[in-house]
Amino acid sequence: MFKLLSYLRAHWIYVLLAPLLMLLEVCMDLLQPFLMASIVDKGVMQGDLAHIRDTGLIMLGAALIGLIGGFGCTVFSSIAAQRFGADLRHDVFRKVQTFSFRNLDDLGTGSLITRLTGDITQLQTMVQMLLRIFVRSPLLAIGSIVMAVMISTKLALILAIAVPLLFIVMFLLIRATLPLFTKVQRRMDKLNTVLQENFAGIRVSKAFVRRDYENKRFNRANKDYTEAGMKAQRLVAVNMPILTMILNVSIVAVLLLGGKDAIGGSFEVGQLVAFINYVTQVLFAVSSVAMMLVRFSSAKVSADRIQEVMATESDIRSAEHPGEARIWRGEVVFDRVTFAYGQEPGQEVLRDVSFAIRPGQKTAVIGATGSGKSSLVSLIPRLYDATEGRVLVDGTDVREYELGSLRQRIGIVLQESLLFSGTIRDNIRFGKPNASEEEVIAAAQAAQAHDFIAAMKDGYDTLLGQRGINLSGGQKQRLSIARALIQQPGILILDDSTSAIDMGTESRLQAALAELMRGRTTIMIAQRISSVIDADNILVMDEGRLIAEGTHEQLLAGCELYRDIYRSQHGKEEHVYG
Amino acid sequence: MANSNDSNKAGSVEAPDLSMRGGARAGMSAPKAKPKNTMETIRRIWAYIRAYRRGLIAVLLLTFLTTALSLIAPYMLGHAVDAYIIPGRYDGLLRLGGILLAIYAGAALTSWLQQHVMVKVSQQSVQAMRRDLFARLQLLPLRYFDGKTHGELMSRTTNDIENVSGTLNQSVTQLIASVLSLAGSLAIMLYLNVWLTLLSMVTIPLVILFTKTVASRTRKNFSKQQASLGELNGFVEETVSGQKVIQIYRREQHAEAQFAEINRKLTSAGIRAQIYSGTVGPVMNMLNNASFALIAAVGGWMAFRDWTTVGVIVAFLNYSKQFQRPLSDLANQFNLVQSAVAGAERVFETIDSATEYEDAPSTKTLGAMKGKVEFHDVSFSYKADTPILSNVSLTANPGEMIALVGPTGAGKTTIINLLTRFYDIGSGRIAIDGIAINELDKDNLRSKLGIVLQDAYVFSDTIRENLRYGRLDATDAEIEAAARLANAHSFIRKLPKGYDTLLASGGSNLSQGQRQLLTIARAVLADPAILILDEATSSIDTRTEMHIQSAMRKLMEGRTSFVIAHRLSTIREADRILVIRDGGIAEQGTHDELLAREGFYYELYNSQFKRSG
Repeated sequence: MFKLLSYLRAHWIYVLLAPLLMLLEVCMDLLQPFLMASIVDKGVMQGDLAHIRDTGLIMLGAALIGLIGGFGCTVFSSIAAQRFGADLRHDVFRKVQTFSFRNLDDLGTGSLITRLTGDITQLQTMVQMLLRIFVRSPLLAIGSIVMAVMISTKLALILAIAVPLLFIVMFLLIRATLPLFTKVQRRMDKLNTVLQENFAGIRVSKAFVRRDYENKRFNRANKDYTEAGMKAQRLVAVNMPILTMILNVSIVAVLLLGGKDAIGGSFEVGQLVAFINYVTQVLFAVSSVAMMLVRFSSAKVSADRIQEVMATESDIRSAEHPGEARIWRGEVVFDRVTFAYGQEPGQEVLRDVSFAIRPGQKTAVIGATGSGKSSLVSLIPRLYDATEGRVLVDGTDVREYELGSLRQRIGIVLQESLLFSGTIRDNIRFGKPNASEEEVIAAAQAAQAHDFIAAMKDGYDTLLGQRGINLSGGQKQRLSIARALIQQPGILILDDSTSAIDMGTESRLQAALAELMRGRTTIMIAQRISSVIDADNILVMDEGRLIAEGTHEQLLAGCELYRDIYRSQHGKEEHVYG
Repeated sequence: MANSNDSNKAGSVEAPDLSMRGGARAGMSAPKAKPKNTMETIRRIWAYIRAYRRGLIAVLLLTFLTTALSLIAPYMLGHAVDAYIIPGRYDGLLRLGGILLAIYAGAALTSWLQQHVMVKVSQQSVQAMRRDLFARLQLLPLRYFDGKTHGELMSRTTNDIENVSGTLNQSVTQLIASVLSLAGSLAIMLYLNVWLTLLSMVTIPLVILFTKTVASRTRKNFSKQQASLGELNGFVEETVSGQKVIQIYRREQHAEAQFAEINRKLTSAGIRAQIYSGTVGPVMNMLNNASFALIAAVGGWMAFRDWTTVGVIVAFLNYSKQFQRPLSDLANQFNLVQSAVAGAERVFETIDSATEYEDAPSTKTLGAMKGKVEFHDVSFSYKADTPILSNVSLTANPGEMIALVGPTGAGKTTIINLLTRFYDIGSGRIAIDGIAINELDKDNLRSKLGIVLQDAYVFSDTIRENLRYGRLDATDAEIEAAARLANAHSFIRKLPKGYDTLLASGGSNLSQGQRQLLTIARAVLADPAILILDEATSSIDTRTEMHIQSAMRKLMEGRTSFVIAHRLSTIREADRILVIRDGGIAEQGTHDELLAREGFYYELYNSQFKRSG
């Protein structure tokens, strides 16, 4: 946590000024009861009218000076906290930009988003409080104690009992409350899960006419949540009465002991009243410090989560001394490649895979889910690095290329087509920001996207995403393909990226790709046999191993698994129409 | 001296875990949301609280008592100075100390009791509200859900209601306490000394003026900050979700530059908002101190003239504090209550939405069924100006298997949505066994249809309970038999806990194919007369696919079934293929008939399968 606070260093002037100005406000606040006592004791009791007037004016002046302090503290602490948050946020964001796919998988997208937003805001608020209330309450507490001791050391002994007592009670209460609130949070999550599942499955629930069942499920979660909430809040409700009681008992003690001395003449009435004022201030300041400690502990959780991001180093780095090597032919060779996402043995998703793709070939990869197809192709643009063995492109190990230039020449279309909010044009141009209009249209045409784009009211200027229109799965896939095509890659990899495109469109797309990628290497993962039939080479994967390769005819003749796949899609009869 | 209002500051931190949830909420004022019909909404909230009116009356009495006790205390303190300390009567002081102690103890007890009761009242009435909202959501037509994201729906069922709960729990009693305490201190102050009362009022116009001007600016700046924060969060969400694509296309620096710009905007908006909202504290503090100074000085002068006593000044100093704090709290509490009422209004709006059962009294029921389905000239559109289906007619004879084929968006799913009455047809007639479905009781109709959708719905519970969803009174043996028939038994048995395996939310610990098998087993258990299958399984591997295929085949035996088909093997087995194109049936017939016709199906078939040999 304190490591992150070093982000405050750049704004040290504000960080220094804010507490100093707060100190000014606190001092002025502390003066008030003291001056008031003086009015009573020296002015009223001794009949000095001028003293009353002067002291009154001093009090007003002190109030105004206090305002300067308070306002100044607000200004500087706001600036410091907001800039702290901005710097930290920027650095975390920059860090995330360097993350490898493995880092992203490990930390999780959702979690990264919360860290970048919620957690940082949380810390920012904490810093703001740190510079304001965190300074104010302890200062006020210490100042009040000092003033109280100055007025009467004897009466201050009451504080010596009350303050520790207050701390202990607060500590015990907080310790008892926190697990209860954790429980409330868990029950709340459960309630939300039921809700989310219900919304996701509303059609099924309606189809089976299961609303009574769903109601029961929800009401159980609802009741559990309410009970936990009640328990937690009832414990919290004990808090204030106990605190006020401790405070009030102290005040009565001061009144009795101080009153006795005042009657005896060793203590003055005004001082007694001032003392009571200070006691009130001490006890409230102490209780608010204790409450802040709770906040501090939850801010620590956020800080730890951010620190985890900052401490993560990407495992994929550009070669330190990249050679002059450039991809131009598009030859891909896997040399005894083994790959695992995790560290433990036995989790290999690719085992000892070797093959060669000659430049300009169209290669297809086929196999069951989890057979390692996607992992296989992701090693080529170094989305991941092989655990063992080498991946060579044009004869050079991919790890020896400059990362940017490697990826620039390899176009990969992922399984999940992810577009960004913005116009369709911007999305296609994502692959080549300076592409001309002609290039955009050509890419869209090849990807069979031009027609549906042109049919839209705003054409290529159509806004996608949140406020814009939403596309069908097949349309998204075609845009992702256009985005890859526009950078004119030497090697094009399609990871099952035509699954949502209907049959007719797909075959046109295949034809266009064949034309466009002539002389360049295409690697495609597919589920449908029809998509791979005319490939120059088909790799059949099973449980991380390459079990066969060859053309459609060769595999039909020689590979049992391939025949199974073929049959499942084309019925039992070998005879084919057309 | 230490009264309930003084404690607000410390008290507001008391539920740290809950206040964190909003992320940026800490330190911000409540968003201004005005309800449209406040009285009506309050009346309806009251309907929920009414059950606890005894508790509520107790709370009111306790609040009254708490406030009264905390009002008396400063008076007693002042009295102690005048009556005992200055005249020097220690035994009197001792007695007063005892009384004071009793008063404080009483106040502590009543304030605790009040909270204790209020927690129950607020939590339980909100539980009922949540229950009603959920129950109503179950009755709303699909159209309602289509127009909303899950996030919106969630926010209504959680945030809005949570807001009501928090307000009932805290703000309402605080509001009452503030008003009482305001009135009480004013009365006592007037009783003690009219002139000093007027004096302590001097700062009030300043307070009001200041609060008003600052509040409106604060709100404006906060909404600017919120907007920037929203923009930043949206950007982060999109960028980080698309991080892999960004890296593939090497757009990291571009993203960072965009981020920096939004971040900069947020920071300057944030600084302004924080400064504006942060001025309230110091200014109020200054006004309090000024008022304190005035009372001390003028009071001192009056005591000097013997127009008042030192004890009165002491009491006054406390009352003026009690008087000012609620005044500044009032505005804030009022805002909170207002935004809660607005939230409640949204909740009630949903509760008031028309259910899908209200539109027409459809009471006929289906008994033993043959399973004949007819569409006559059916037309339908989701939005008024974009027709989805026009003049569709078809007949499915009992036991027939109908395959629906065609490009995405052609209207295949819509046909199914109409048959289940998820949506009601625009014109024409759909009949099952000769009875028009809009005359049928919806629940009865749906219970006769078995639907297997492509996104398998499983919920976080055991596999057994997920299967039982198909028929709630099914025995374990029946469940197992259904799983066997659906080819799900073998994979379930291999799981460590078998049928008692807990599924994660969304079934993420199963593969998509396994989830699909579970939903088929569920449909087997339901034993419907008419089956509807959405078969899209594009990312399921071949072996699982073969399992699913054979499970579906077994399921369809002897039932009328509609299959949205993608696979040739399914299509070929169909008794009839309907080729849906542009909202109508372009062609229908068997596979061979359609090929012979050399129309759209022929084209579709050739483009996909021609090269297969």
